[in-house]
Amino acid sequence: MIDARGMSCPIPVVMVQKEVKKNAPAELQVQVDSMVCVENITRYARLQGYEVSVAEGGGDYTLTLKK
Amino acid sequence: MSKRINPWVLVTGVVVGVAALVLTAFGNPANMGFCIACFLRDIAGATKLHTAEVVQYVRPEIIGLVLGSTIMSVATKEFKARAGSSPATRFILGFFVMVGALVFLGCPLRMVIRMGGGDLNAFVGLAGFAIGIGIGVLFIKKGFSLKRSYEVARTEGFAMPGIMIVLLVLFLAVPAIFAFSESGPGSKHASVLLALVVALVVGALAQKSRICMVGGMRDAVMFGDFSLLSGFAAIFLTVLVGNLILGNFKGFSTYLQPIAHASQLWNLLGMVLVGWGSVLLGGCPLRQLILAGEGNGDSAVTVLGMVVGAAFAHNFKLAGAAAAVKDDVYSAGGIGTNGKIAVAIGFVVLLIISLVNTLNKKEAK
Repeated sequence: MIDARGMSCPIPVVMVQKEVKKNAPAELQVQVDSMVCVENITRYARLQGYEVSVAEGGGDYTLTLKK
Repeated sequence: MSKRINPWVLVTGVVVGVAALVLTAFGNPANMGFCIACFLRDIAGATKLHTAEVVQYVRPEIIGLVLGSTIMSVATKEFKARAGSSPATRFILGFFVMVGALVFLGCPLRMVIRMGGGDLNAFVGLAGFAIGIGIGVLFIKKGFSLKRSYEVARTEGFAMPGIMIVLLVLFLAVPAIFAFSESGPGSKHASVLLALVVALVVGALAQKSRICMVGGMRDAVMFGDFSLLSGFAAIFLTVLVGNLILGNFKGFSTYLQPIAHASQLWNLLGMVLVGWGSVLLGGCPLRQLILAGEGNGDSAVTVLGMVVGAAFAHNFKLAGAAAAVKDDVYSAGGIGTNGKIAVAIGFVVLLIISLVNTLNKKEAK
């Protein structure tokens, strides 16, 4: 689980990118707290071939990336 | 097209381009339908933070952009008060982004508008902007971060929209308290109502689309994501085609372009400073205004840093002088010694900020 809450654009995407490049996980969860981050990570993840689902709770969003 | 392009970004790019043409046709200075740096500088002048008589006006465009973003973000429930991500550092970055922009004579948005107007000097600026973004991206890849922000009281999020409402009310009710240019760029403006309405629409669309001049190149370089860059291209093409249709386009040239100088080294270096600083901030001056409108206190502080930077730029004669013909003698314009020193100081400060916040990355989590 990557906690990117409060981080501003594009740091959350960079955090995901590092994890994807380093470990190429089949599944990855990322926590963010703005729709902009949800959109940016979703766009990046789809370009990398992941399917993305988003769950919202308490003002935060949890993205689940699956290959 | 496909999933790589966000239609909202394209639509916003076209609307921004048309809005810039309309505002210029109805009174704004040439190639300056929108310029976040110039307009914040004009507001700094109107409120007498500087006394450069040719650049003083309360630009309704700034007010409209912020409030358009506020209205859209409240409507879509995206308004969120947050702050605490290195605000003082952001203030300093905003300051130097403004200095760089005023050395070049335009923010990244005006750079694109100038390019669409045939101003080749702006293409030199674009090269500098790209170099600056490249430098910033290097640090981000190495772990640069201004650390996280936190949710704060909702009232904090309304600070910048509140400032804009007060400014608008004072401007309409007691304009005599402000300084207004009688000549020069500050004296050229579309009507208050037109500027305000156009900017409200653009601000709302910019919030919805996340359009950002620096984000386009950054995302393309870092992630192979061309979504935001399409907005940049849409503005350029719309302004170019619009100028062709309106008969404003006189070919591409560096000679005597409106409110621009042909001192190419400083066009380049000014925009390196803007690109680098904006990448560290996470967005261009337009994006900072939009984020400030949707409750981001850090961006509000950045905007205030830009206003102070504008005041310094004119009080200490850092800003570029436009090319002009006086008594049949052409002057290419450019910047003075103070401006050159300020740009150099800006690079040193940005390097320190970049290094400190990259080496400190362990604290980022």
